Amino acid sequence: MPSKISISHLNFYYGKVQALYDITLEIPERQVVAFIGPSGCGKSTFLRTLNRMNDTIPIAKVDGMVLIDGKDIYAPNTDVVALRRKVGMVFQKSNPFPKSIFENVAYGIRINRMYENKADLADRVEKALRDSALWEEVKDRLSTSAFGLSGGQQQRLCIARALAVQPEVILMDEPASALDPIATQKIEELVVELKRQYTIVIVTHNMQQAGRVSDRTAFFMLGKLVEYNATQKMFTNPEEKLTEDYITGRFG
Amino acid sequence: MENRIIDQQLDLLRDKLLLLGGSTEKALQRAMQSLTQRDSDLARKVLEEDKIINQMELEIDRLSIEILALQQPAAHDLRFVISVAKITPILERIADHASNIADAAIIINDEPQLKSYIDLPAMANNAAEMLRTALDAFTTEDSALSREIIKQDKEIDARYKRVFDELIEIMIDNPAHTASAAQLLFVAKHLERIGDYVKDICELNVYLREAAFIKHSKKI
Repeated sequence: MPSKISISHLNFYYGKVQALYDITLEIPERQVVAFIGPSGCGKSTFLRTLNRMNDTIPIAKVDGMVLIDGKDIYAPNTDVVALRRKVGMVFQKSNPFPKSIFENVAYGIRINRMYENKADLADRVEKALRDSALWEEVKDRLSTSAFGLSGGQQQRLCIARALAVQPEVILMDEPASALDPIATQKIEELVVELKRQYTIVIVTHNMQQAGRVSDRTAFFMLGKLVEYNATQKMFTNPEEKLTEDYITGRFG
Repeated sequence: MENRIIDQQLDLLRDKLLLLGGSTEKALQRAMQSLTQRDSDLARKVLEEDKIINQMELEIDRLSIEILALQQPAAHDLRFVISVAKITPILERIADHASNIADAAIIINDEPQLKSYIDLPAMANNAAEMLRTALDAFTTEDSALSREIIKQDKEIDARYKRVFDELIEIMIDNPAHTASAAQLLFVAKHLERIGDYVKDICELNVYLREAAFIKHSKKI
């Protein structure tokens, strides 16, 4: 399995506080990688280094290397907008725009001028909604407000919005933590379905979710990568005692 | 966290398994005693108590499923529950073999005694000792000991072969003893199977401790 993202010796600082220490990790193409670890361990910070979302924090500083398809995303000539198009993101709390369902998905396609005419735009919106398993539920109400959707539907709308600009990698930061079990199951099924086309990195506090959806799991603690292994191995026979203590709830 | 909710349930599961193990050992020991001491009442007691063993099995099954469903164990916890869930029916089957030996004893005890039951008591001692040590090894998660016990199964197999040959000889020489000798052959076969089951228990202890599957592999 070729690497889609290759991270080496990555350190991250919020001002003088170091949040990530010497992280080296390969994310294979078209696989799901889960990041787990206690709150504040740096997993979300690490996720956000993969599409330079931390750039918006003035005191943030990164050193080390993040290569996506072999290209250094922190190189001075990187087009950050293009990077974020290629590496989409879905957050813990769904954040639809105060617009119609259609316009939410069309937004990225419009600003990136990724369509030829109205019919093409509609086709692209439909495809994104189909790929996020939302189409059947919303096809008759595309012009209604996105706020009328349920929490789970709003989250899938955000996934559709991310998919609409044809990314290659999708970063998900606890995408189902605020959802009920049925909506969570739909998101998980979607993640498994999406990995046929996309490379997915998902931060989750839910161990069973990591087990269900991911191929590989990385366990972080205090800004360090403790263990990175096949998910099956992590949950049946982890190599590190710290990992075992964390996933079995022995942490004190 | 020192006291996890799951710990209490895992301890309970371990206790229940050891109780089942103890009852199984007792059933085997009594079944052999009923044969060697020609005590059919004791044999009937073994048969009676098998019902309790069956109940114990169901109880462990229920608890294992409950832990899997409600506690969602991982890593060592998961391997422990899986091992217990797999060892339980093995112990229950060993107890069934003890019952079968008790059945045979009831039949044989009505017939004149054949020699001194040849190598059977020694075979039974081997099997009982293996079972006891296997359960000790499980309690202490001593996988090295489990690997040692696995090797001992060969001794039981060798004894079985000797007993088999000797009983066939008796059948040929004294056709009048054929019925009893056939029953003793069954007893020998039950003991040989118990040796195999103990081996399975030991393999599960290696899985528990090392997360390695050694079943069906030539390497112990």
